[in-house]
Amino acid sequence: MKTSTDTAPEINSPEEPLKREALKADNPTWCPGCGDFGVLAMYQKFLVDRNYPQEKIATLSGIGCSSRFPYFINTHSVHFIHGRIIPFATGLSLTRPDLFPFVIIGDGDAFSIGGNHLNHAARKNVNLNVIILNNQVYGLTKKQTSPTSPVGFRSKTDPWGSRITPVNPARQIIGSGATFFARTSAANPKHLTRMLERMAAHEGFSVLEVLSECIQFYKGAFNGASDSKGGEFVEVGDGHNVESESEAFVLAERPFPGVFGVFYDVRRDTLNEMEEANTREVPAPDKALTTVEKLRESFNRLT
Amino acid sequence: MSNPSSISNSVIRIAGNSQDGIQSVGTMLARIAGRIDMDVMTFMTIPSTISGGPSIFQVHMGTASVLTPGDMADVLVAFYQHSYENHLESLRDGGVLIYDDAHVEPDLDKLRQRRITPVAVPMTSLTVETVGGTGKQKGKNIFLLGLLTRVYRLDYDKVKALVKEQFRSKDESVVRNNLLALEAGYAYQVGDIGSFFHFDIPAGSDVTNVTMTGNQALAFGAIAGGIRFGAGYPITPWTEVMEILRRELPRYGGSFLQTEDELAAIAAAIGAAYGGVPALTGTSGPGLSLKTEALGFAVMAEIPLVIIDVQRGGPSTGLPTNVEQSDLSISLSGSHGDAPRVVLAAANVEDCFYIMIEAARIARRFSVPVIVLSDQALATRLEAFSYPDFEAVVEESALDLAARKSHKPYPLDAPTHHAPPGTRVVDDRYPTITGLEHDEYGNPSGNPQMHVKMTRRRSEKIRRLAAELPSPEIYGATNATTLLVGWGSTRGVIRAAVDQSLASGEPLASVHLRHLNPLPPGLAEIFAAYDNVLVVELNEGGVNGCGQLGRLLRSETCLPQIQGVTKTDGLTFRVSEVLQRVRETLDVSSGSAKKPAKI
Repeated sequence: MKTSTDTAPEINSPEEPLKREALKADNPTWCPGCGDFGVLAMYQKFLVDRNYPQEKIATLSGIGCSSRFPYFINTHSVHFIHGRIIPFATGLSLTRPDLFPFVIIGDGDAFSIGGNHLNHAARKNVNLNVIILNNQVYGLTKKQTSPTSPVGFRSKTDPWGSRITPVNPARQIIGSGATFFARTSAANPKHLTRMLERMAAHEGFSVLEVLSECIQFYKGAFNGASDSKGGEFVEVGDGHNVESESEAFVLAERPFPGVFGVFYDVRRDTLNEMEEANTREVPAPDKALTTVEKLRESFNRLT
Repeated sequence: MSNPSSISNSVIRIAGNSQDGIQSVGTMLARIAGRIDMDVMTFMTIPSTISGGPSIFQVHMGTASVLTPGDMADVLVAFYQHSYENHLESLRDGGVLIYDDAHVEPDLDKLRQRRITPVAVPMTSLTVETVGGTGKQKGKNIFLLGLLTRVYRLDYDKVKALVKEQFRSKDESVVRNNLLALEAGYAYQVGDIGSFFHFDIPAGSDVTNVTMTGNQALAFGAIAGGIRFGAGYPITPWTEVMEILRRELPRYGGSFLQTEDELAAIAAAIGAAYGGVPALTGTSGPGLSLKTEALGFAVMAEIPLVIIDVQRGGPSTGLPTNVEQSDLSISLSGSHGDAPRVVLAAANVEDCFYIMIEAARIARRFSVPVIVLSDQALATRLEAFSYPDFEAVVEESALDLAARKSHKPYPLDAPTHHAPPGTRVVDDRYPTITGLEHDEYGNPSGNPQMHVKMTRRRSEKIRRLAAELPSPEIYGATNATTLLVGWGSTRGVIRAAVDQSLASGEPLASVHLRHLNPLPPGLAEIFAAYDNVLVVELNEGGVNGCGQLGRLLRSETCLPQIQGVTKTDGLTFRVSEVLQRVRETLDVSSGSAKKPAKI
């Protein structure tokens, strides 16, 4: 997983592999047909495939329909306040390198109320996986315009159709300095699974955008990306260089529904590594001292 | 001076420009006092511009107890004409004016009328002469330190050692020049005033105290209390605390994160605390407003967390470099819904250290956010205090990830004891930590009775803490009819006012509150014994004249003799000011038709 080798947590011993059954919790309260069901199922499969120790997984969410994840999966989990789960997860990631935290949020959390945090966590390259379930609408509050709603989308707050240019997730996240960005769809479980694997394999701030249809308030939003609904699910071509920022931006500019796959994947020092370096650089004589001795020494300088 | 032989206390005000090294010489004086077991408290003004400007540093040192930075100076040092003109009023009648005769022309008639002894010292020219012309006027402050060492007959060797330490990281020539300046100042013939001040330092007072600011004490107190993660955003006057923690925490295996904003800071601290690592965030006024939503989560989800607020003045951006105690109300109740949290306030610099240890302990024991209030005056002033008994007070908390057979994060019949992630839950489901109202497992619950029970559960821990607190001690006259009540950084000045009142016909008593939520037990009983209970605080008196604590105490005790003595000029109280305001308040209330009835 995504920690430096000296702190890499141990995976379950082979005798007791993580089972899908163990991850079951409350039945999801999502509307029947909601795209989030598929993401939950693939998230569970992914955790089992990776065979993480159950107690070391942390499922972390903000507020919204997709942020109900914590109640529907049996892991340590947090249902935090709206917009702030990324800094919460940053505090956890920095202090507990032995864990496997996954942030699961919607487009409101990611790009609207928590937009500032997403940009800065990307820039700092916090070692964190962020899965954004993008349904292009505020669903829990029943159909208001979201930051990713397309121009022309009719909602209760834009009954005449939204006129505002939506956020382009790929462009914003790569532009902010994230080292990994991939895009997939809840309607394509196989691709989703592959993308979860790629995300988990990346060390640093990784964002996976998942188009997840809101059956209630934006039905058919992603038909254009579905082979079975008259659209086409176009994958990123083999020739794409994932280490090229400019090529990633070219993919980001493709008109909706765009392409799916890994846009960008580069290795840069993570915030966690940089912070560990600060601790490592503590002088050797200092390391040998107890807390009491260190405090006394600091006080001796203040006489 | 009538008695030139010995003194117990002296107040020195050094006035010049901030680039003259005034702060550095004042700090060294304070450190010297600390090293010879004297009490000391300082006060400084910071120019509101970045490039410097007029500035003062005041040092009150004494062999008797020092409770305030001093109302009036015994010695005023004026570097410039503006220093002289702006600060002569703060020099007491009969005091000493030391001035640089290259820049100051005092009005000698006026000084004579006020029995002030003028001492002209060619500080600039002697420093230049001694150190050489290259450094221009640099070293003038150290010349002054030598001079004051002579005036107060301080231990020259100790001062010399301190100057060497101060410049040890610098080039050897810098050390040499400063020692030359020190020696020149010490050798300067100060004439008559040499016999004015002489501290009677008891033999064997080789006890060394530690001298630091409130901000430094908060930072080291946090480490001593076991805090190993912090997150914050720069804001005056809190910033220094985060700078220290950023530098120091890695030495203790911890870390401090500078975040993109105040919201992220508290969220990151909550994240670390959720992970089982004792954590804090801190800020000043505006930042506390921003943090209150997440504070409510910490209450709801029962997360142990320490939040420092180094108060400044006013609402909004207000007065960033002035003092006020006006964040009490938001600390007590900021955040929506019923969100009970613990609020503590440090009484002086030494208490900044101990209160952080207490805050971290309460947060851990009760799984609750604890707000620690300091303020701008406390943050920036130096005080000397005894070394803590580190072995007795230092807390180390180890991460407890022992497997649990079953686990309820919010049991109705027991306090919360979170199982941090990494804890294996063998026969039960894993906990969800949530801001939604929940059942014992953290499942969302809209059950009305569950909300009643959980709300009660969260406020119950505040009541449990209250039951453990000691009743506050009463300071001052036993026959007093007027009680002063204070909180936070005003303890010293209120006690000094009480001390002064003891000789008058109307002696006073005081109590000081360190615990603001919960309040300590027994307050109503204590207050009921006095005709007048005057709550002295640095905030607005509002409609009935009571400030933020005054209003709280009135509503908690329903006692009509509670009145407010408040002010909002952004400056600390002086002792004379407290006494005068108390007198005025009592005059007004005794002039009214009926004295408030005792209960």
